[in-house]
Order: sequence, then C-alpha cells, then structure tokens
Amino acid sequence: MIDQIADESASRGGLNVEAVLMRLGVFAGVDKAALLFAYGLACEGTPLEGSRLEIETVPLIVFCPVCRQERTPPSLYELCCPKCLTPTAEIVSGRETEVASLEVSE
Amino acid sequence: MSTRMVEVRAKVMKQNDLLARALRERFHNEGTFVVGLVSSPGSGKTAFLEKLLAGLATTYRVAALVGDLATKNDADRLQRATPNVWQITTGTICHLDAQMIETALREWQLDAPDFLFIENVGNLVCPSSYDLGEELRMVLLSATEGEDKPLKYPTIFNSSDVAVITKMDMTQAAEFDVAVARRNIESVRPGMRTFEVSSKTGLGMEAVFEFLKAQIAREARMQPAR
Repeated sequence: MIDQIADESASRGGLNVEAVLMRLGVFAGVDKAALLFAYGLACEGTPLEGSRLEIETVPLIVFCPVCRQERTPPSLYELCCPKCLTPTAEIVSGRETEVASLEVSE
Repeated sequence: MSTRMVEVRAKVMKQNDLLARALRERFHNEGTFVVGLVSSPGSGKTAFLEKLLAGLATTYRVAALVGDLATKNDADRLQRATPNVWQITTGTICHLDAQMIETALREWQLDAPDFLFIENVGNLVCPSSYDLGEELRMVLLSATEGEDKPLKYPTIFNSSDVAVITKMDMTQAAEFDVAVARRNIESVRPGMRTFEVSSKTGLGMEAVFEFLKAQIAREARMQPAR
C-alpha cells in the first residue's frame, strides 16, 4: 500500500502526503487496529514517514432480491434482508480495502 | 502552508493478490483445477484429502500441497494416495500465502496435474484474507466442533465456495445437529453448496467426487487420465 501511494505521489510530481484516507470494509479480513499499529512502522524510511492514516469503516451492505433494495444485514453472520428476512449472498459493499484520498500540503 | 485533498480511489492491490492472480492464470493455462481446503485444526482436512486423492487418482492426475507450522506428517500420510505431495512448513506463520505457493512450485516439479489440492494451515481466521490462486475454496466443519462455528467465523465461511461437514460418523456422540449447522452455514453464506461426509466410513464422498468432476468438466479442462 505504501509503495502504491509512493508511486501515485511520484506520478503527480511528488506530493507531500500529510494523511492517507482509507476505506476499509468490515468484511475485508483486515483489522483496523492492527493496520493503524503497523502503519507508522511500515512508513519508516519511506516518503510517507510521519504521515497519518485515517480509516473509514465501510459497513456491510447486501442487495435484497425481493425488496430490490440495498440493505444492512442484521449482523456479519446473518446475510439476509433485515425487513423481509430473505437470505442473500449478494454483497454490495463491505469488502473494500482502498485508498480513498490523500491529504497533501503545499 | 495549506493542505488539499487528492482523490485516489485505488483498491489496495496487495502483493499477495497480484501473486495469486498470476498463479491462477498459470494454473488455468496448465489445465489444473486448484482446490483450497481451510478449516480449524483437527477438523479432518488431511483424512478428507486422503480420501479425495485416492478416489480421484483412479481417473485423474492429482497432487497435493500441504501447509503446517512443523512436521512432514501430513505429506507422509497423503503420499499413501499419491506421490505428488509437497509439504510447506511455515515455521511460526498461521496461514499459507501466495508467495509460499509460488516458492514451492519453483522447487517442486509439478507436471500439470488435473487437480491440485492445497491444504492450508488449520486456522479459521487468517487464511480467509489470503488468496492462493485457487479456483474453489472448501471450508470444512467437523461434527465435533459444534454447529455454531460458521457464525463465529463468518469471514472464512463467506470467502469459501463450498462447505463440507466432516466426521458425520460422530454426530451422535458429539450431539451434533446437522440441520442447525446447515442453517448456520446458510445464514453466513446463503446458497452455499454443503456436503456431509465421513472420511472414516466413506459416507458422502461419492457426492464430493461427482461435484469435483463436474467442476473440472465445466471448466473444460479435462485431460485424459494416464
């Protein structure tokens, strides 16, 4: 991820990155606390050293085929529509591991 | 000094994902159907795999890659069914990753088998985040573990394609309610194909063989048996 951001920065002529804003889905299999803990260490000796990592948690959203609506299931282990209780495996969001934007100073 | 925001919107393509993608392409080109096996320790992955290898080896060329922290015990066991077995010992690492598969394949002279099974380290947490380039991921749940494992570990069940309930010969002794287990699997991953087997008695294995054969035929990768 750090390499990717460094490349992104280089391609824009070298950015002074103050913060990295990330979107992390609850079903991504990546732990927010562990990522925050590792970020500072991983940035050492890279152009991102000293930058902050801000993580926005993306909730699990499924598509209900009966209501034809995007819904938030009752829990991570009950993948169904909270209104009509129809089971659905169609995940709309919640698996994201993405860099949304960079806060840069100039 | 002022700050501004730069939109990026880039999926973090982890190094593992890139490697897994390359592996998947390679397996595809070589006509090898790759099945990953995940479960908690002691749920019967190796016993199940022994039966799978023995059952499929009569018609197909099969191979297995097994991961454990230590020992070659599993490879030794699986070698009774096929000589094409490779053991990865991870040391202290609790899962396999795509790099380990790639490294193993560099040393292992694997001659494009029809099926390659990758038995992951017994763990229901970390393996869910590591794509190994497999075509199909099977998650095993044994009758002795209790019916609620899928609810407690939703990520691994949700990231799998097929569930296999093992040790079906133990249901009475363990007071395991298969209907409840199935309901829990359905809750975590609606529509997931679920098999019930006993590696010990052979119960239900035929259905798994048929399913795998159908998969390989569907992928139009069937090669003549040697």
